[in-house]
Amino acid sequence: MTSLIPSIKPVMPFMAVLLRLLSVRLLVASALISLIIACSPSSEPVSDLALNDSAEINDAEPSEAIVVYSSRNEHLIQPVFALFTEQTGIEVKYTTDKAGVLIERIKAEGKNTPADVLITVDAGTLGYAAQQGIFQTLDSAIVAERVPAYLRDDSDYWTGLSLRARTIVYSTERVKPEQLSSYQNLGADQWQGRVCLRTSKKVYNQSLVAMLIAEQGETKAESIVSSWVANLAIPPTSNDTKVMDAILVGQCDVGIINTYYFGRLQTKIADLPLALFWPNQTAEADSGVHVNVAGVGILKHSKNAAQAKRLVEWLVSDSAQALFAGVNKEYPINDSVEVNPQVASWGHFKQNPLPLSQAYVLQPAAVKLMDRAGYK
Amino acid sequence: MLNLLNLGKQLRKIGVWQVFLVVMALPTLLALLGVLSSFLHPDIESLSHLAQYVLPQTIKNTIFLVVGVGVVTTTLGVSLAWLTAVCDFPLRKFFVWALILPMAIPGYVMAFALVGLFEYTGPVQHFLRETFGSSSAFPDIYSYGGVVMALSLALYPYTYLMVRNAFQTQGLRSLEVGQSLGLSIRESFWRICLPMARPWIVGGTLLVMMETLSDFGTVAIFNYDTLTSAIYKTWFGLYSLPAALQVASVLLIFVVVITLLERRSRASQRFSQTRSAKSVAGRIRLSGVDRWLALLVCVLVFSLAFVMPVMRLLYWAVPNMNADITSQFLGYVAGSTSLSLIAMLMIAGLALLMAFTARTYNSPFAKIVVRISTMGYALPGTVLAVGLFVPVAAIDNVLGAMGLSTPLLQGTMVVMLLAYSVRFMAVAFTPLESNLLRITPSIDAASRSLGVSGIKMLAKVHLPMVKGGLLTAMVLVFVDVMKELPITLMTRPFGFNTLAVRIFELSSEGLWERAALPALAIVLVGLIPAFILIRKSDAR
Repeated sequence: MTSLIPSIKPVMPFMAVLLRLLSVRLLVASALISLIIACSPSSEPVSDLALNDSAEINDAEPSEAIVVYSSRNEHLIQPVFALFTEQTGIEVKYTTDKAGVLIERIKAEGKNTPADVLITVDAGTLGYAAQQGIFQTLDSAIVAERVPAYLRDDSDYWTGLSLRARTIVYSTERVKPEQLSSYQNLGADQWQGRVCLRTSKKVYNQSLVAMLIAEQGETKAESIVSSWVANLAIPPTSNDTKVMDAILVGQCDVGIINTYYFGRLQTKIADLPLALFWPNQTAEADSGVHVNVAGVGILKHSKNAAQAKRLVEWLVSDSAQALFAGVNKEYPINDSVEVNPQVASWGHFKQNPLPLSQAYVLQPAAVKLMDRAGYK
Repeated sequence: MLNLLNLGKQLRKIGVWQVFLVVMALPTLLALLGVLSSFLHPDIESLSHLAQYVLPQTIKNTIFLVVGVGVVTTTLGVSLAWLTAVCDFPLRKFFVWALILPMAIPGYVMAFALVGLFEYTGPVQHFLRETFGSSSAFPDIYSYGGVVMALSLALYPYTYLMVRNAFQTQGLRSLEVGQSLGLSIRESFWRICLPMARPWIVGGTLLVMMETLSDFGTVAIFNYDTLTSAIYKTWFGLYSLPAALQVASVLLIFVVVITLLERRSRASQRFSQTRSAKSVAGRIRLSGVDRWLALLVCVLVFSLAFVMPVMRLLYWAVPNMNADITSQFLGYVAGSTSLSLIAMLMIAGLALLMAFTARTYNSPFAKIVVRISTMGYALPGTVLAVGLFVPVAAIDNVLGAMGLSTPLLQGTMVVMLLAYSVRFMAVAFTPLESNLLRITPSIDAASRSLGVSGIKMLAKVHLPMVKGGLLTAMVLVFVDVMKELPITLMTRPFGFNTLAVRIFELSSEGLWERAALPALAIVLVGLIPAFILIRKSDAR
């Protein structure tokens, strides 16, 4: 230890010279001031959602804040938590990151994790989280009653919160809806050079192909995906909106997208010459439109599990559902909840009833299949 | 064997400074060990699939990309640095600092803006179709050329800044030497100035290559698959973190190869320069056509790399501006700025100490340790973030088991800043290292003979000589921290947001119109250090 002390001493004048030389004292001062500003409680309400008008409830029911890790982005969850706090007086703190990172983080934090709840998108990811052993069972009669079984985990580790449908979009100028029938059919000869798809690296396409594997078997699914690739008009795009852009300018005529992207474009462009088509609906054997969920699980090491369960149960309630799904133009998890008029205008469709817990099991196979089929 | 014995000898006389070096390298070493430890659980099934269908193409793509971006950024960086540091042409004073600005635009924002402009559905090709009936002659932006262009435009300022620093301090004097030897300016450039600036050029290229290796956001927009995309696909798609890390170790091999090449390129050379006195000769006054050519090159690069993307961002941001500039938004600006300032001071300071220490104890041991601590820049950010978070959480858990209230470390600024220093040590260290090469042993001897030695010598003699490098390092770190995402996401305290986080939240949902405002704010804040740097360095 003694050898440390003299060695630190000369560093001080050294740093002083350094600072003087650069005349950065001003910078340091401003850095410290801005740090104080940034860290002062006044900037906390960004996530501490205690609202003023719920002060009475707060007094009546003092309770510890629930901590949420979420891969669903801030602007989609913030209003929902604000409503929860308003109605229950329970505060919610949250942080956002990519799902895979949050799961690793929870594993690393182990018993000391500050988090109570993980909200993420995609059944495969939820299944992976469950398999990694970070959840406890929900054990909620309310969830079991409100959420259809195929949108929940078989082992009760997570439940879906909102539905996203992945369906076909087509140009109303160049395609008649009668020409369309199913996902498989996009590989038919008539669509040669007319199909646009988003990259296979997006989880939405991975879970769609996982569904095809579950239904058709791996060999059949691979030939379907290969036939799509053969029909591509342009290389796979980086996002769903670009698929629609390409159809709009005539690079291709049909594509596969999540409905809420269509909803956003529809809001922006009146008289959009595009329409949604619900595939796999007509024949008895047809299985329906591929759906995926945003979902939630309570962490095994939550120190606030009772409150967390209250949040989860509240999230599947009617008032929360309208908001949770509504902010992103998704579908509520339960049919009884009214969807917003724009979403309703797209019509009803038969959902694919394949249990979403299967997604985790089949998604890696889907990724590999798409690699083999040359779907980039 | 001899080397090992030497190493042993070195280890025996470990002093405080060696301990300092090791401490600096330790977090990176932990992250690297985390990557390599994945081989304890090889995921044969995923790996054999990757080896057959994914790796051949991605490795090839990665090599092509790194080489392409390396060549383009070096060409751009060196020629622009030469023009602005040594020549004189209209608007030179403006371009000196304006050409740094593209650095403040995150790579994926640059890519999105360029793609938006030049793709088939974008305004440029739309205009061509309206005017000429077809845009088929227009090159496809979703191509190798497109990715190289986007990354090069975002990254050339690294080389530009580094090399400018070299030309600024020695370019004109080298030219004088050339003239005294009867060489023309052209000959002097190729035979004297360029070779003398080699450590800076190589350093800049190295930084660019490392950044290219770790990039995910930019290549994703082009759907151009590199090793980094393979890592994320394996992790998030195949749900195999071990296999993902094994792919990451392939990436590490790339880094080691690039680093070795760099070492070799300067192994047999010595660089020194007398203290840069004010040059006798003025800048080269370019003649007629050359003046306008120089101007044209600068205008072209600046418009492509800065004006066009920023116009695109403005086009998106302006309609929402009134609604989106809230006190919350100003909070993000304050958060980003303060974080970048603090990180800048800390990392530049640490890099300076490290560079001096490595120079003073110029041993193989010191060299290896320094190399390790600069490797964090080439790992994909998310891999590094997780690699750093795991040990931090483990320490917290141990402290918790010892009865301390936890978490002590997680969610504190300390962890955040340490993680930044692991990530950006290379950025701060490289410019300093090049400048230190210039300080010859004879300078040390002279200073000792005047009774100035030890720390005093470092402060009074060496520090002024690396001032330019230090300023470059500070600007680079400042802007890089502004743009940083994965570490910020993972280690930030609850409720603490930065501009980069905001861009991520909005753009990952496809809401580019609203992501444009925080992106513009990053550019605006990034302007400030660029401006200060140039005012300080160009004054001479």
